[in-house]
Order: sequence, then structure tokens, then C-alpha cells
Amino acid sequence: MDLPHDSAARLRKKQDIGALLRDTRFLQALAQAVFVLLVLLLARWLIGNLNDNLQARGLGLSFAFMRRTSSFVVGEGIPSDRTDPFYYQYLVGLINTVRVVSVGLLLATIVGILAGVAMLSPNWLLRTLVQAYVELFRNTPLLVQLFFLYFGIILTLPGLADRITFGPIIISNRGFFMPRPVPHVGFPAWAAISALAFLFGAYTYRRQLQIRVRTGAETRPALWGAALIIGVPLLAWIILPGQPLQLELPELQGLRMTGGARLTPEFAGILFGLVFYTAAFIADIVRSGILAVTHGQREAAMALGLTATQTLRLIILPQALRVIIPPMTNQYLNLAKNSSLAIGVAFPDLYSVSQTIFNQSGQAVQVIALMMGTYLIMSLIISAVMNVINARLQIVER
Amino acid sequence: MSRRFRFVFMSVLALSMLIAACQPAEPVIVTQEVVVTQEVQVVTTQEVQVQVPVEFTMESARLQAVKDRGTLRCGVNSGVLGFGYLDPAGEYVGFDIDFCKAVATAIFNDPDAVEYTPLTTTTRITALQTNEIDVLIRNTTWTFGRDVELGTDYGPTTFYDGQGMMVREDSGFTSLDDMDGATICVLTGTTTEQNLADAFSSRGIAYETLTFDKSEESAAAYDQERCDGLTSDKSQLTGIKGNLSNPADHAILPEIMSKEPLGPVWAQGDQQWGDLVRWVVYGLIIAEEKGITQANVEQIAAGATGETGRLLGSEGEFGSLLGLDADFMVNVIKAVGNYGEIYDRHLGPEGTNIVRTGSYNDLWTRGGLIYAPPWR
Repeated sequence: MDLPHDSAARLRKKQDIGALLRDTRFLQALAQAVFVLLVLLLARWLIGNLNDNLQARGLGLSFAFMRRTSSFVVGEGIPSDRTDPFYYQYLVGLINTVRVVSVGLLLATIVGILAGVAMLSPNWLLRTLVQAYVELFRNTPLLVQLFFLYFGIILTLPGLADRITFGPIIISNRGFFMPRPVPHVGFPAWAAISALAFLFGAYTYRRQLQIRVRTGAETRPALWGAALIIGVPLLAWIILPGQPLQLELPELQGLRMTGGARLTPEFAGILFGLVFYTAAFIADIVRSGILAVTHGQREAAMALGLTATQTLRLIILPQALRVIIPPMTNQYLNLAKNSSLAIGVAFPDLYSVSQTIFNQSGQAVQVIALMMGTYLIMSLIISAVMNVINARLQIVER
Repeated sequence: MSRRFRFVFMSVLALSMLIAACQPAEPVIVTQEVVVTQEVQVVTTQEVQVQVPVEFTMESARLQAVKDRGTLRCGVNSGVLGFGYLDPAGEYVGFDIDFCKAVATAIFNDPDAVEYTPLTTTTRITALQTNEIDVLIRNTTWTFGRDVELGTDYGPTTFYDGQGMMVREDSGFTSLDDMDGATICVLTGTTTEQNLADAFSSRGIAYETLTFDKSEESAAAYDQERCDGLTSDKSQLTGIKGNLSNPADHAILPEIMSKEPLGPVWAQGDQQWGDLVRWVVYGLIIAEEKGITQANVEQIAAGATGETGRLLGSEGEFGSLLGLDADFMVNVIKAVGNYGEIYDRHLGPEGTNIVRTGSYNDLWTRGGLIYAPPWR
């Protein structure tokens, strides 16, 4: 049967649309398109709503207020004054956070690895004690631990008047004080000599090591390196006139100690709180990483006559690290983010200072956005570094 | 992959164009209804008298929203003894709370028609800005910055406070000038931090601050001698002092570091709502001035004339101008009493015992600053 030309075309078009609507590829793409559009509309609506409400109250989304005088003083960190602008105080808080996080990561790693190895120790007492520590710290909230550490332990130490003196170290609830080396005349010359000695020592160590690997002769790389790195600065200290470094002792002056180095109760509180909490998780990761290395590896190492320490250092840990690094990254990120609990123990970290800034200025949206951005960048940097380490430790497969 | 992406992208584009086409541009139409009734009376002496009573429909949008909801949302303190706290039964009690009740009574004739939102120093202004609450009565200091920049409006001051410093008796401090090198505990998110910096830098004294998030934490740190002084509004210091392990060992220094006028706050943009809150507070002050109390208000209202009559609704139409009942102040005073009664109940000898006689918080007729414009 012959249909007129235009109606045939119309029918074909109809069939085309029908076919299109039954095509799963098209339907999936359509669903995705609709979803993306909905998300965009929602975002537009939320931002528009926020902007309208802020406009209605005469508030904008500008960051210009950060240049205004802050009129407050940050209690700890690089010196700050009430005449400094908000952005400077923000920086003070950021540096405080970076201090806690960097020292915290280092200490948590050390404590975590030691505890993880100890959990597999054949010594019953050590193993049980470490297990008790890990279970206790993993299963209680961090904030509670922080309060306990700060209010329950650190602040119950005696005040400055009845301070505990422990050799050159002074312990009180106003902080831990210790002598500090202060550079004197002749320090630059001594420092330069020491630096050169260090470089040369490191070079010698590498060279001797290479020779040993190549020829098998005992060249004593560690001895030569150590002799240069320690011996030369010591010799220079004796030969050079005067003392390049002198110890400055803390002294009580009026209401506070002056001189020396000080660890404030707040910094100690947040730092050790984070370290012990995170190390408990790291310990378990390390333990599981070690157990993940096949038993045959240990047996082979023992058959070759390696000692227990050598087996751990040269055979087990390098292989365990591949299993350990990815979950470790999570713990590092947790530590960095948990550092925002510092306000609970009065440590002026990024979060604490930001809170003061948005209270003084009233610009909550901007300050919180800025803070989120800063924490995000910090976390991304930690992740990136850990990813590089992870990539380098992977077995190269062919 | 890229083809598929292009496909998705084109579909998004097509869909968004379709939706854009469906949305006509909306012109902004502002409708304002003003009913003007003009009555012209021609008198035989050829003089023309013109009376122009103008009836504005000026109902507050927020008042309407509150009436529709059936409750007043009030932002309050939940842990400051005397001003706003939870009693053992879990009820909100305090000086500030009674002003919430007063406003609720003015609208609903029910002091319990209040939805309390406990707020911290950091969330209170945001709660107003985001319309989470109708009015904020929570020891909030009226400052230029907050008033002009943050989109909030301030009602009459209900309590004149000032920042003080609490120290241990055995420290030997008798004034701020003695406190060189001291460590001071302070709360974040308050004007206190700024006042402290101002007070110490103007005296050229070195000091260290410890900034806490919660009042309980800063009090605990002070109690454990981590800091030499604790600074806060004097009214709050009296409350904190009572909770320390040995209250008698502590003293509050005589200096006042700042002016802290505290009162109700609301979001800018609804003048009529502001008028309502403002005049409920003024009404309570006038009531004290006139000796109208919780006990005698009904008796006085029966035959009241003059300002008392206008206040209690027997003369004039003051209630309806605010969108309220004519006798709303009778209900308010019946529910919470006058300003003096509220003060005595929470801050007087039975409460936290903040001396009123001779302070700024006494009535203006007795030399204080509590003063209300005339009700006419």
C-alpha cells in the first residue's frame, strides 16, 4: 500500500521518537542531564536565597572586612597586637594549627609504630598494656579525652608558686619550662662550619656505603659519617673563642616565667590529646600491616640468619608499609581535622581565632567559607604527600 | 566517553533553554494600600475645617507570622543564673526569660506561648539574621557595629551591665593596674575580648589571654588557678562566683572596663515589630513608675484615667495601633509583674542578689537610668 509522501515521513518521525524513548542509552543520558540540572538549580536557589537574605539585612559577601583592625589579641603563637588586622590574626591561628598538626603527625607516627610493634611482642605484660591503651583511646570520644587531659591532669599540677623543679625543667599548671640555647658571638662561624661538616659527612657516608655494596669490603660508612658530623662541630666549639651557644634558664619574674623555652598547657593538651588518640588507631593499622606480610617471609629471613630486629627493619616493615600507608592517610587527615577541637582546651588554633573573628565582625558566612577552604587545602596537601609516598612504595609490576 | 559527555551536555543545554523559556521575567510590583478617609465639614460661617484621620494598614509582617504560628520564638541563654537558665524542673527561668513571656503575653495573652531557643554567644546574631527566632533576649550588648552593620535592631536597655574582673583574694590585686603580666581567662565571641584588650593596652600592661568557648570551661580553668583573673560582665561574675569551689576566696575588682547595655534585639526590616517589643518593655517600666503591680493591676485598670488609663487600655486605641488587644498591658503585668517585680524576682536578694538601689538599673525617679518615654 502506498501512503502519501508527507504522512510516511511523519510516521517515520513518530517511530524515531518512539525508538529514542525506548533507547536505554538515551534514557540514561537524559536522567543524568535532568539530575545535573536539578543540582544546578538547587545550588542557584540556595546561593540566591543566601544572597537575598544577606542583602535584606545590609550584609554582603565581601571579604574587605578582613583588613579591619581586629581589636583583640591571640593568646599564643607569633606575636599579635590589638591593632593588627583580622587577616593577620587569621594567619596567627593558621600557624598555630600547622604547629599542632605537624608536630602531632610526627609524634603520632612514632608512638603508633612503637605501639603497633609492641602489640605483637612476645612479652605478655608489654603486649597487654599496649592493647589496653589502644582499646581505651580508640573507644572513647576525643573531646572527653581532651577535657580529661587538660582539666583533669595538666591543670591539677601545682601553680608557679609551688612549681616542681626537675633538674633544669620546671613543671607547673602555667606550662612546662626548660632552658633554651641562645646564639652568642661566634655563632654564625660555628654554624657554618657545622653545616659544612654535616654535608661532607653525609656525602662520605653515601660514598663509603656505595664502595661497600660494590666491593664487599668493610668501609665503615656509619663510623666515618658520624665522626665528621659530630666530631668537627665539637672541635670547632673548643677551638673557636667564646661560646657560640649559651643556655638561657627560665626565671620567675612577677606573675610569670621569663626566658627559656615554654610549652603551654593548652598546646600540650591539644598536642598530646591528638597524639595519643591518633596513635591508638595507627598502632592497630601497623599491627595489621605487619600481620599481612606472609609468614614465609619471616621464616626465610630467619633461615638467612637475620636477627629479630634486622628481620623487622629490613624484611617485614618495608612490605608492611604498602598495606599501612593508605589507611594511615585517613588517620593523618583525621588528626588534622580533629585539631579544630583545640578551642575546648583554650588553644587559639585556626578554628578558635576564626570564631572570634566572625563574632567581632559578624561576617559568619565569609569566615566559615574561608575556614573550610583552609582546612580543605591542608587536607589535600596531606593527601597529596601521602599519595606520592604510596606510589613510591608500591611494588613495581611488569 | 567524550561522545557520551557531549550527549549529556547537549541535553542539559536543551533542557535549561526550555526551562529558561518557560520563566517569564517577573516585574517587581510593590503594592501599598493606604486608605484615606476625608471628611469635609462646611460650616455656615464660611470657614472650612478639614479633618484628615488617616488609617494605615500597618500590620507587622512578623507579628502576623507569629500569630499564625501561635508561638513566639525567643532566643535565650540557658546557663546564666538570674538571666536565663533551666531550673531543676527543666523550665526556662530568669530576668530575660520574663521579657520573652511579656512579649508573648502581649500577643497571645499566654506567657507560655514561647518557643525558647538556647543560643551561644557565637550563634545568637546568626539566628536573628537567618530568621530562626523572632526576638533575641540574651544578655546581648548593644554596640555600633552590631546595630549598624549586622542587620539587627536594639530595644530599650533592660539591664545596664559593665565588664568586671574577678581575682583571688590572696593575689593581692586591688585594681587592674596591679595585674601586670597576669593571665586572664575570657570567653570567645563576646565584646569582652575587645574590652579586655582596650583596658589593658590603655594602661600599658602586659597580659596573656586564654580564650574559652563556654562559660563553664573558663570558670573551671580559673578555679584551677590556670589564670589570675576571670573577666566577664559583672552580673555574670556574681553568678560564676557562687559556683566556684570557695566563693569567699574571690573578689570582683571595682573597675568597670566597659558599658554593656543589655536588652531585646530583633532583625532589622520590620519597624512595627520593633515598636511592639519596645513598647512592651516601656510599658513594664511605666507600670513600675505608676506603682502598678501584678497584684493590683486589675483593680487599677477598672477606673484608670490619664497615662495609667492609656497604658491599661481604658483610654485611647494604643493596643490596636500595635496590632494587639486594647488591654494587652493588663495581661502582661498580670503575667510577669512590672519591671521592678521582674528584677526582684531574679536579680534581687532572693535571686542572684545584684544590688539595684543606687545602680544604673534603678528607676529614673530614684536616680537610675531605667526610663520610659510617655505613653500617649
